[in-house]
Amino acid sequence: MTESMIRPPIKKLAPVKWMRTHLFSNWFNSLLTLAVGYLLITSVGPLLNWLIFDATFQGSGPDDCVEAGACWLFVKQRLNFFIYGFYPDEFQWRVDIMFALLAAAFVPQFIERFPGRKWLGIFGMTGLPIIGCVLIPGGILGLEEVGSSKWGGLMLTLILAYIGILASLPIGVLLALGRRSDMPVIRGLCVVFIEVWRAVPLITVLFMASVMLPLFLPDGVSFEKLARALIGITLWQSAYMAEVIRGGLQAIPRGQYEAANALGLGYWRKMGLVILPQALKLVIPGIVNTFISLFKDTTLVLIIGLFDILGAVQSTIADPAWQNVAIEGYVFVAFCFWVFCFGISRYSQNLERKLDTGHKT
Amino acid sequence: MTQHTESKDVQAVNKPGIIRVEGMHKWYGNFHVLKDLNLTIDQGERIVICGPSGSGKSTFIRCINRLEEHQQGRIIVDDVELTDDVRHIDSVRREVGMVFQHFNLFPHLTVLENCCLSPIWVRKTPRREAEACAMEYLERVKIPDQANKYPGQLSGGQQQRVAIARALCMKPKIMLFDEPTSALDPEMIKEVLDVMIELAGSGMTMICVTHEMGFAKTVADRVIFMDGGEIVEEAPPSEFFSNPREARTQQFLQQILQH
Repeated sequence: MTESMIRPPIKKLAPVKWMRTHLFSNWFNSLLTLAVGYLLITSVGPLLNWLIFDATFQGSGPDDCVEAGACWLFVKQRLNFFIYGFYPDEFQWRVDIMFALLAAAFVPQFIERFPGRKWLGIFGMTGLPIIGCVLIPGGILGLEEVGSSKWGGLMLTLILAYIGILASLPIGVLLALGRRSDMPVIRGLCVVFIEVWRAVPLITVLFMASVMLPLFLPDGVSFEKLARALIGITLWQSAYMAEVIRGGLQAIPRGQYEAANALGLGYWRKMGLVILPQALKLVIPGIVNTFISLFKDTTLVLIIGLFDILGAVQSTIADPAWQNVAIEGYVFVAFCFWVFCFGISRYSQNLERKLDTGHKT
Repeated sequence: MTQHTESKDVQAVNKPGIIRVEGMHKWYGNFHVLKDLNLTIDQGERIVICGPSGSGKSTFIRCINRLEEHQQGRIIVDDVELTDDVRHIDSVRREVGMVFQHFNLFPHLTVLENCCLSPIWVRKTPRREAEACAMEYLERVKIPDQANKYPGQLSGGQQQRVAIARALCMKPKIMLFDEPTSALDPEMIKEVLDVMIELAGSGMTMICVTHEMGFAKTVADRVIFMDGGEIVEEAPPSEFFSNPREARTQQFLQQILQH
């Protein structure tokens, strides 16, 4: 047999032929190609001009910005506020350490052969938040205390999203297991919890946490607005998470439960070793979807007076010193969100590929 | 958890038989699936249960390790009575291995991990020892070279042999087979039956629900015929196949031996 007969034929077209088959196969497609091409040419050019070529990157103040291009100088000069909020300059190294640790824990996850990346990931989910709880608020180990009212910007967004995501997953797993439990009391409690929290908009939850909750607490007992918001976000998110995970649990064939039972594995081992690893793997897309929407929903804390990145940018836009910088500000916020959400999404695809063992028995 | 095995001494040890089923009934809702089953099986016996589909034979053997609950009568396995008591159920399940029609291997674990899971977590065997033991059983079912593959990469026959090895790794006293060859392509049935025949030769107590009459003839000590949730006939294979007493048995044998 010759070489050419062993391999499947490769379909490869010359550029001109490719265009004829894909872009100009008949008069209607040709028309569409031309119309779309025209739109691209007329819009991409000016957009790039505004974004890059005519934009102002250097300068000393608002006066250096020109009408025709974006004023990135604004973002550049206010970057400190966008990232740290009111966090005092002299302590910002503490936040920087957290950013560096976050990057150290998660960037290697994208590199296939990075040594010990599993442990870095585990560190990211256990050690990192503990270090964060010490470093960022301070007040112990000789660190100056920085109250949470001073936190803001990207840092606050990441804190809200990170803790919300990290805490809601295990709570969601327990709720999902509870909802499928044979014990009526546990099942009932879980159903009520999930249905109540899921039926309430996040804004309402945040309002309740910041305005109503202090009214119910006894005098003298109070905890910070940020903590209340975090608890609200976490519980709200875990109700969603529970339903996503329940979907995965229900997709596991009965035979898997029976085989685990027949081998004498008790409830927790059966769930922990056999059912959940498969169920969670199945619903990675759903879990990540929920994570991403939570990440973006954290912007709602603006409503209770916490300045996350969007809040920080929005308050700066109102600064009379800078004129007409709203678009630049929002584009910057959108870009930041996109970078993180895209990162989460790529990571999850990575994970799915890695965990694929060609299952479906 | 392992301490509870001693508590089985509390149960009466006055009858022979590693499995004793006494006046057992089971209902699904209002549907009476199993009617007054009585059966005593001695250690080392090989039992084949056959019967038309829907006769309750699968349900019956699934009651023996409590994958299904019975509502009336008694099931005593290795001197432990199966009740709602979870400790009793756990201790019975440790001694009873089961092989399913659809293999039910854990797809997220390799063949070796499938075999080691229960010895490590339930029997608390050290990992290295459990792996060595698993390799021994994988050799016995003739697939040691597949140990690090995932179940999804194996053929049906190979998967079923892994499932047998997985059950054996718990060193059970009793093995239950629930139609182990029914989901297999014809050319793979033999490799699984060969393993089962080899196992039968080793003195394992086996209860096997199957349609493989050849297997029943070669290895069974007794063949049990079930129909409509009852044990209709119970006889050594020589007698069962050549000289069935009951009309229902005769009819069944005619149907399955016709082609």
